[in-house]
Amino acid sequence: MKTGRTLVLAVPWVWLALSVGAPIVIVLAIALSQPADGIPPYALGFSPDNLILVLTDPLYRDALLLSLWVAGVSTSACLLIGYPMALAIARSHETWRDTLLLAVMLPFWTGFLMRVNAWIGLLADDGWINGALTWIGLGPVTLLYSNTAMYVGITYTYLPFMVLPLYAQLSRLDPSLLEAAADLGAPPWRVFLRVTLPLSLPGIAAGCTLVFIPTVGEYIIPELLGGPGAALIGRVLWGEFFANRDWPTAASVAICLLVVLLVIPAAVSWLVARGRIAGAAATQSRASTTPGRE
Amino acid sequence: MGAVQGRALTDLLRIDRLSVRYGATAALADLNLTVRAGELFVLLGGSGSGKTTLLRAIAGFVRPNAGRIVLDGTDMAPLPPHRRPVNTMFQSYALFPHMNVGANVGFGLARFGMKRREIDARVAEMLALVRLQGQETRRPHQLSGGQQQRVALARSLAPNPSLLLLDEPLSALDRGLRTETRTELMRLNRQLGMAFILVTHDQQEALTMADRVGLMRHGRLAQVGTPAEMYERPVSRFVADFLGAANILPGTVHPDGLRFDLPTLGATAIASQAGVPGPGFLAIRPERIRLDHAEREPAPNRLPGVVTGRSYAGESMEWTVRLADGSVVRSIQALGDGLTGAAIPPDAAVTLSWQPDASILLRE
Repeated sequence: MKTGRTLVLAVPWVWLALSVGAPIVIVLAIALSQPADGIPPYALGFSPDNLILVLTDPLYRDALLLSLWVAGVSTSACLLIGYPMALAIARSHETWRDTLLLAVMLPFWTGFLMRVNAWIGLLADDGWINGALTWIGLGPVTLLYSNTAMYVGITYTYLPFMVLPLYAQLSRLDPSLLEAAADLGAPPWRVFLRVTLPLSLPGIAAGCTLVFIPTVGEYIIPELLGGPGAALIGRVLWGEFFANRDWPTAASVAICLLVVLLVIPAAVSWLVARGRIAGAAATQSRASTTPGRE
Repeated sequence: MGAVQGRALTDLLRIDRLSVRYGATAALADLNLTVRAGELFVLLGGSGSGKTTLLRAIAGFVRPNAGRIVLDGTDMAPLPPHRRPVNTMFQSYALFPHMNVGANVGFGLARFGMKRREIDARVAEMLALVRLQGQETRRPHQLSGGQQQRVALARSLAPNPSLLLLDEPLSALDRGLRTETRTELMRLNRQLGMAFILVTHDQQEALTMADRVGLMRHGRLAQVGTPAEMYERPVSRFVADFLGAANILPGTVHPDGLRFDLPTLGATAIASQAGVPGPGFLAIRPERIRLDHAEREPAPNRLPGVVTGRSYAGESMEWTVRLADGSVVRSIQALGDGLTGAAIPPDAAVTLSWQPDASILLRE
């Protein structure tokens, strides 16, 4: 029995060690080595020089800050668009709900690159959007290879990752809570602010994490849709790796990015665990016994 | 029956020809009802009878297709729930899980523009009323089911509505707590002078708690009256059957209205309350039927039969007796003074008899 259980539990651990642990160790080892001519283009060692360079050179710092900013804006856009969508799906009639959910997930059926390329066609100077703008007398406007195009692309691509966890949370919301709030004299906006919104915070946290984390390191969308000035951390990393063939610096950038991205979800889950974020308290029956002040 | 003695008998709520349809099915059909200020009105009915729909229509969660819901002279039918001066205690309690007890109870006070201190005072007062003093900072999930229910009650009472709606308030409680809560609700109803409309499917609950009962069936009120009126003078077989047990025998009411022929038994019954002449039914409560271990001369309100079974219930004995035409009648004898009739063996020939005021003549 005991060995059987150990074996079963060993499977995920071995998988994690091979697919997550080992690559991180390798990247860390490369980050600590010296660049060299040859294949592979580094000599193993133990030097913090590359990490210090990445941490001190404003190029990398600015790229990281810009990436965090872009991810923040994109996540906000996804939340603002995704929340009403998720709420509408959760409140829609049962017969429509599956169809609407399917519509949200439908883009996954086609290739990611194809969808981004489709946006090139839509946003190009002679594309459909400019065609429509010209027709109503507002265009043409340069859209492609700009920050606008990049934000549109990121928001479009990551929207389902916001909508699905929000929907999962909102559809679990007990409708009698909304009725109780209305019964106690709360107009619809107050029901939303005092009941729906606080009880969906775990879904908001999950959705924002799912959108924010991959967006920080996003490389393809800024490369295909964004302007040349969008020096995001993903592009910098790519440049170090392929253009400069400086693997140790690229690895150091990757390690720094990883640390930043670990800190953010840790902070979010710490906030959720503190119990101030609603719903968590409702589902965790053993939640902190310290009385909260509402 | 004077059950609302000492209290104002003014009408608080008047429901006029209320209809609610869900697609092709009518949940409420042309329903009329008046509820008086301060009374404890119980809406009784089986599942699907429309009692919950009626409660939800009064609260505003169900849009009626037709009709008026007039509270204190104002038609509430067009108003959304948050503009109605009515509060509901939900069957599931519906406490806000992300708020503590104090915030839950104070939720309905926000619209009155009260100051923080006034709200806190009102919350404390309400919690004292339901015997949960000083529990403001606890969270709903830290409370027992009974405590959660009392928080829900305090929350719905806090805005001081003129009418409180209670949806199956006792169904989730265990037996002991249910009896206690019954008494508690009756005390609050009298103490606050607030009208309660309570929905239940439990006829015992309705009989013990209500000032008046409305028994619902197929989206209509089958009968409205005090518990005693409903039990002693049901208007139909359905009411007689739903409230308590009843033996129901078919026959014909004589033109004089007081005599009832039982053609299949070749017997006659006499009633003290007149019925409508013509084909109908005779209903007799089991506890009103006397059982004698003897064969007697035929006479009105007397039927011969054979004992087919008995079940002992501690304070009483219930007998099943087969009549000449094969129909079965139940008779309940109190066992207060020794074991009345306990010596009657199975298959014994017995005589059933009852007083004229135990005969209830029904048309349908």
